[in-house]
Amino acid sequence: MAVVFDKPHALCDVPFHYCPGCTHGIVHRLVAEVIDELGIEGKTIGIAPVGCSVMAYDYFECDMIEAAHGRAPAVATGVKRANPNNIVFTYQGDGDLASIGTAETVHAAARNENITVIFINNAIYGMTGGQMAPTSLPGQVTQTSPYGRDPKLCGYPVRVCEMLSELEGPEYLERVTVNSVKNVKNAKKAIKKAFQNQIDGKGFSLIEVVSSCPTNWGMTPENALKWIDTNMLPYYPLGVYKDRSNKEGK
Amino acid sequence: MTVELLFSGFGGQGILFAGKFMAYKGLIDDKNVSWLPSYGPEMRGGTASCSVIISDGNVGSPIVSAPDILIAMNLPSLDKYEGSVKKGGKIFVDSTLVERKINRDDVEAYYIPATQLASENNMPTLANMIIVGKVLSVIGSFGGESVLKALSKVISAKHADMLEINKRAMEIGAAL
Amino acid sequence: MAEKVLMKGNEAIAEAAIMAGCRHYFGYPITPQTEVAAYMAKRMPKIGGTFLQAESEIAAINMVYGVASAGLRSMTSSSSPGISLKGEGLSYMAGADLPCLVVNVQRGGPGLGGIQPSQSDYFQATRGGGHGDYHMIVLAPASVQEMAELTVKGFELADKYRMTSMILADGTMGQMMEPVSLDFDIAPPPEKPWATTGTGMKRKHNIINSLYLKPEELERGNFERYKKYAEIEKNEARAEEYLTEDAEIIIAAFGIAARVSKNAIDAARKEGIKVGMIRPITLWPFPKEVFKKTTSTAKRYISVELSMGQMIEDVQIATEFKAPVDLCNRVGGMIPDPDMVLEAIKKAAKEVK
Repeated sequence: MAVVFDKPHALCDVPFHYCPGCTHGIVHRLVAEVIDELGIEGKTIGIAPVGCSVMAYDYFECDMIEAAHGRAPAVATGVKRANPNNIVFTYQGDGDLASIGTAETVHAAARNENITVIFINNAIYGMTGGQMAPTSLPGQVTQTSPYGRDPKLCGYPVRVCEMLSELEGPEYLERVTVNSVKNVKNAKKAIKKAFQNQIDGKGFSLIEVVSSCPTNWGMTPENALKWIDTNMLPYYPLGVYKDRSNKEGK
Repeated sequence: MTVELLFSGFGGQGILFAGKFMAYKGLIDDKNVSWLPSYGPEMRGGTASCSVIISDGNVGSPIVSAPDILIAMNLPSLDKYEGSVKKGGKIFVDSTLVERKINRDDVEAYYIPATQLASENNMPTLANMIIVGKVLSVIGSFGGESVLKALSKVISAKHADMLEINKRAMEIGAAL
Repeated sequence: MAEKVLMKGNEAIAEAAIMAGCRHYFGYPITPQTEVAAYMAKRMPKIGGTFLQAESEIAAINMVYGVASAGLRSMTSSSSPGISLKGEGLSYMAGADLPCLVVNVQRGGPGLGGIQPSQSDYFQATRGGGHGDYHMIVLAPASVQEMAELTVKGFELADKYRMTSMILADGTMGQMMEPVSLDFDIAPPPEKPWATTGTGMKRKHNIINSLYLKPEELERGNFERYKKYAEIEKNEARAEEYLTEDAEIIIAAFGIAARVSKNAIDAARKEGIKVGMIRPITLWPFPKEVFKKTTSTAKRYISVELSMGQMIEDVQIATEFKAPVDLCNRVGGMIPDPDMVLEAIKKAAKEVK
């Protein structure tokens, strides 16, 4: 019988702990498929963050390191400097990358550190049960913004790709999403490029994946995917924000 | 025997350098030595000092709080450290920059117009080494190979052309 | 023996680290330890190593965490306020059982404090510094030669026990120059089959981690770690004893305080006072046995510290509260002078009469 669907080799054969409808599973799979296709599993080191994907170290077959909250880019820097032949990626959420680890993110990008960053932006703190994230939208109701995020009180959401695109350092910044088959395909293309860039020694590549959190957004998985289109993407437009090799970017 | 020296003056006068030279000379003469600078936010123009200990035995505390020899290259340094010098100790003063005489009669004073001599001899940055030359001649350890050897340790190869003039500065001091 | 050269303590640490095989240094400038970074910045590019000025102390220790995960010797250095920032990373290093060397050239605190020498991070260092149950091996050099020797030793112990070694120095040790002989027997680092260097598709993946959500597992990890700590306490405690055989009064002091105390002891001995010193070289493990065996002869102890009295607690515990322990201290960047220590000795001598 022909196999039409199989688990990528780089993904461990264990059940994810993610909630039903969460898009982490899709992105994990995309990363694993890319690792398979590039044939780099044996030399890849993944860095897991603190947040929903904290246990990503149990899900990838490559060597894995669990970092302190926000510090994954610094840990990745150490790993890459120690063994430049390793392929090093971090997998971080919005709280990890854009709040507590902003400095580590910005400076790894500024140094054009030759690593790949997969950034899951779902505008909420999922692991701790739905608190306001640095990327929560104005007016978004969360456990710690029960009356809706008030920019006068707690500022505006951070647009990471736009912010980093002002830096001379980074090689490649793209924002993608995974709420439709077409978008998933685009996301994979971007992720693959981000890994290929590292293999080619080009430097810091970050793929921001606009993701859903049905549980903490309080929606059905289907409505959550729609909410990405109606609410997230207007604030976080998809596209390439920087690509030094192609001189593209917004 | 242990000799404890305190070098003091403005930052930029080569206080730390002079101390370092003295420590290296001690090392080359097969003594135990220590060199400890004052450190602070000042770069140029602030106060600078360093403790140097040269001993036949082990060096205990590297901090010189009661020097046998004080080198004071400005007035604030003399004001601050004059009283700390051991009874029977020696104070070397740059008399170009310090107009007053010392207030104690239980120590020996040496007044050296080092800054003026340095300027007259076209070595304006070497008042420190003129005084060092005098110090060495007073304690009877000027001359010999160790002076040149120590100089070559503290002057980097890049500035090897400065060796000779440093030596000459010390000779001027020693001849006083 | 290698020719003796005059070196600053900070430079001796840096050169010794390179000799010990450290090729990855990460740091952030802070007085009075910046010479370590400056030295590394100069040397590392010439020997194919990495010097990276990190964006923060936090990033620096996490870069070390990355290199340690990759199985290589790595270090960072800082001074007190910067070490507080590294506290998080130190705890994670302990939780993930990673070896590294951290240098603290202490300055006065709390807060931004000052830049002059201090020993007031004793508790922070010997009790761990970050959150959770853990220890670091804490080494206290009292000369520039020891700054170098203990750096090498620190790397060896870190690898041997898979944990952090800390050099707990102070501003004087970092800034002073003394003759150093850089002549060490350095054993090659042990194999590190646990390191994340890539599976090569030949083995199951390695995971460097400090997260254990099952309390039974986390407890087991803590118990195991403390078994290792008990071994270290048994095998690695070191101290120098100075004139302790007949001493009625024993000074406890490390680092610069020990140097100052030696002068005072020599002066007191000339006056016929039977005084000696125990200088802990390892602050953790604390050389308890060395102290304990003196309790049959010593009648009084003096803890000389550049802190408000931190090591004094370990002295009391080690001497099992059998004799009074006085505190002789200066803080905030001030250093006790030999006369002050001598006074404390004389006062103690009156008490033991």
